[in-house]
Amino acid sequence: MSGPDANAWRGLTLTQYVICLKGIVWREGLRFVHQRERFVSALVRPLVWLFIFAAGFRQVLGVSIIPPYDTYVLYEVYITPGLMAMIQLFNGMQSSLTMVYDRETGGMRTLLVSPFPRWFLLSSKLLAGTIVSILQVYAYLVIAYFWEIEAPPVGYVAIIPALMLSGLMLGALGMLISSLIKQLENFSGVMNFVIFPMFFASSALYPLWRVKESSPFLYWVCEINPFTHATELIRFAFYGQISWVSLAVVTGCMIVFLTGAVLAYDPSRGFLARRGGGPPAA
Amino acid sequence: MNENSQLLPPALEVEGVSHSYGARRALNDVGFKVAPSSFTVLLGLNGAGKSTLYALITRLYATRQGRISIYGHDISREPSAALGQLGVVFQSRALDVDISVEQNLIYHAALHGIGRREAIPRARAALVRVDLADRLNERVSKLSGGQMRRVEIARALLHRPRLLLLDEPTVGLDVNARAGILKHVRGLLDSERIGVLWATHLIDEARPGDHVVILHHGRVLAYGPIDDLVARSGERDLGAPFAKLTGETGVAA
Repeated sequence: MSGPDANAWRGLTLTQYVICLKGIVWREGLRFVHQRERFVSALVRPLVWLFIFAAGFRQVLGVSIIPPYDTYVLYEVYITPGLMAMIQLFNGMQSSLTMVYDRETGGMRTLLVSPFPRWFLLSSKLLAGTIVSILQVYAYLVIAYFWEIEAPPVGYVAIIPALMLSGLMLGALGMLISSLIKQLENFSGVMNFVIFPMFFASSALYPLWRVKESSPFLYWVCEINPFTHATELIRFAFYGQISWVSLAVVTGCMIVFLTGAVLAYDPSRGFLARRGGGPPAA
Repeated sequence: MNENSQLLPPALEVEGVSHSYGARRALNDVGFKVAPSSFTVLLGLNGAGKSTLYALITRLYATRQGRISIYGHDISREPSAALGQLGVVFQSRALDVDISVEQNLIYHAALHGIGRREAIPRARAALVRVDLADRLNERVSKLSGGQMRRVEIARALLHRPRLLLLDEPTVGLDVNARAGILKHVRGLLDSERIGVLWATHLIDEARPGDHVVILHHGRVLAYGPIDDLVARSGERDLGAPFAKLTGETGVAA
């Protein structure tokens, strides 16, 4: 072990990068499987909206024919893409919660002392979280299918890249937020100030033309909300179409959020050291 | 220290490191070395700056003033090379309690680019060394505090680092578990020839023959072989000089 060249660092090979990525995805999957409550609540949340909220509002809210729909659709059908995005929003924010928790318990530090570059570790973690969120979305779609929410077969495949992008974007946002939160308890703040406004001021629950009728300002807020575009990207993909504007917005936001998160976790620039609160909790 | 270790660069070299949280200075011009195959105790009371120093060595925070290198690799300029040779046992628990011991170890190996095929035999061997061979498939949440610590030590050594950092590893453990962990880590000096930096506030965890760095309010007050320090002070053990240096009385011994 301590031969003459023991001091030489051999560097990391491409195979090792793949091993590391696989390891991070595998661990995220394992955690998800073992935390059954997390899976159940991830599934119950959109179903409550679907079975209760949508059923109640069905008569109140009529949805006219707007793209990508070529016929009148039931309210349940309308909100399904928004609920898919909601699953990813919660998942992204929950991973951010895990990261804050991890930072407090030392799990995040275990990740960050790995010799791989930090952008790679964080992107891998993000990808792992996104894959888990896509599995959650499919579990939801299976149940929704029996509730007669069906898309053309191509839609079930076409949503994969859309979910990948929106999941990465929302995960990166969560990661960025996690670098700013100092303590675990602040997650309720994330609920109030991030999740609820993003979800409600979007096209997830009502078409934006309806919002425009009541408040042009709110309409404008909804239009610049990245969550609206995540929802629309998924909605169009579900019917085998592409919303180019949403694709551009989601991709752009993803790049901005991810860059922000990598910078935030970069030790030389990061907010971690700057917050000035004191030594690490761990 | 033998001749060979004189030729190698130090396992850890900290030079002129300072760090502040806003206006509060947590570390002030800290410098010391840890030689390969040596046991160095970083001794300081709570709030001395031990955790900050560890955050800098593990690159959680950037070193803005001063220089830290591991076997000659500067952690700011060559982070991969430096971190690749480093094993860490954090003060707080850093295992996934929902998954098994083996799964935790495989995950850690992956973070160091070690594939499953190699990780499994290494994990088994590492657990044999910490007397937990029969707990491989146990969920971590079923282990006692001392057993978790031993798993963390096994994990920190999985990628065969040449410098091991431990941050108050015996906190919250009973007397037997504490003694067991100390003995195990000391044993590594001979079997693995690694450098160990052991942070603690407990004087009795240091032994004659060790090196000691006494950190107080962010400054190194004394640094060197314990025997020299004790001899210079004219006392019988480290307790008195430590209390004198830090100006505290009734220090835990």
